[in-house]
Amino acid sequence: MEPAVDTQTAAPDRSLIKKLAPARKQLLACIQCGTCSGSCPNADAMDVSPRYLWRLLLTDNAEEIFKTRTFALCSTCYTCTLRCPRGLQITDAMSLLKQVAASENLPLYKRSIRFYQSFMESVRRHGRVREMEFMTLYFMSMKNPVIPLKFTPLGMRLMAKRKVSVEIPSKGTQKLDAMFRKAREIEEQS
Amino acid sequence: MTYIYYPGCSLEGTAAEYSISTMALFETLGIELIELDDWTCCGATAAEGVSHLLSFALPARNLAMAEKMKAKSDILVPCSACYLNLKRVEQGIKDDHSLLRKINQVLEADDLVLKGTVRTRHLLDVLVNDVALDDIASKIVRSLEGFSIAPYYGCQCLRPYAVFDDPEAPRSMESLITVAGASVYPWDMGGRCCGASLMSTAPEAGIELVAALLEGAQGADAIVTVCPMCQMNLEAYQKKASKQHHTHYEVPILYLPQLLGLAMGLTDDQIRLDMNLCVPGSFREKLANTLQPA
Repeated sequence: MEPAVDTQTAAPDRSLIKKLAPARKQLLACIQCGTCSGSCPNADAMDVSPRYLWRLLLTDNAEEIFKTRTFALCSTCYTCTLRCPRGLQITDAMSLLKQVAASENLPLYKRSIRFYQSFMESVRRHGRVREMEFMTLYFMSMKNPVIPLKFTPLGMRLMAKRKVSVEIPSKGTQKLDAMFRKAREIEEQS
Repeated sequence: MTYIYYPGCSLEGTAAEYSISTMALFETLGIELIELDDWTCCGATAAEGVSHLLSFALPARNLAMAEKMKAKSDILVPCSACYLNLKRVEQGIKDDHSLLRKINQVLEADDLVLKGTVRTRHLLDVLVNDVALDDIASKIVRSLEGFSIAPYYGCQCLRPYAVFDDPEAPRSMESLITVAGASVYPWDMGGRCCGASLMSTAPEAGIELVAALLEGAQGADAIVTVCPMCQMNLEAYQKKASKQHHTHYEVPILYLPQLLGLAMGLTDDQIRLDMNLCVPGSFREKLANTLQPA
């Protein structure tokens, strides 16, 4: 049983609350029915349920939202979005929370933030993701020698099949750099 | 019939056998696939994790490239994640003009413009809705009789856009499995999530989803998929899932064009089963015994 959401002591972090506005807007019509929580394949692994997360969002409780790992455990299967009786774009709201966490570089989500950022960096440089470069960038950014070891067996199997090859990160042609910069510029303005 | 072909990054690397078998299958069916000029990454699930605008602009770049090749055309996409990203743009700009304007501001940096005239099609959608089942049947030279095949659709070709199948109880692959002579393994997990990138970012959660699917398919000779992410998760982590659940999962995870290719008598070079990570000896033996010319 989850505790009732405390609406009185919510920390008024204004800049974070402003960043949460697009996600909040997606969930305004939430009736707290819990269909999303009941449909989520990862609910068991989450510290609070999606339903509870939406209540935190609607009460502007940014502090509590970014103590949970719930949105980082969304695997974008869209089952909740499909089943939501209010037709809310729940999966998109999960992604918006991931984006806020990434822009704030919050340590709790370091693993997924670095993973996504490393992927995007390889895409920015070459236009297409180079799987081994992306993983190398990810390992370098995590500065934790245990993580690469966990991926080594799979990497070796893929190399044996000649599906991937060892790749030293390179600058590439900066193929999509102009688009990346433009997107950042527009997002920083809004 | 002609389609613009968007392979996507995985099909150049870890899912190369999906691309090879797809091209061979469509060639056999007499359908032309023209690779999209200068295509780039769709953003996968990574773009969405860091930038809302890029998660639209990256796939949009490919739609704009396709429009440049042919104003009105269908893009055939085998990867479900790529498919959804492209589809999201196609659907999103229909009633959101400010989104289209923002996308075009970004695309301008690459001298491109998106109008929204091309249509994104999943490989499975094309196979079941554009190709006549009789045309596929006429190419079958070896019946896969005796094989029980579990159809696995995953998430993103089904949801959130229910374009060509029931998004919770999908059945579109069944006619293709039976036309190959195999039987459909009865299970209700065809549309369940494989964990996607959680296998890397939160493996303790991801492995449970993988294990549930492998458990559900116990008794099938193979699982057939249409998504490189699903294929990799189900194929690469069988040992890990077995260890955690004190059992022994060993089941080949084939791409749909590989399965059809086997029944159509395509060559090893066109199917590339040797590139799959898990093809047990018992499966190969059964294939050798079954694959007598019909």
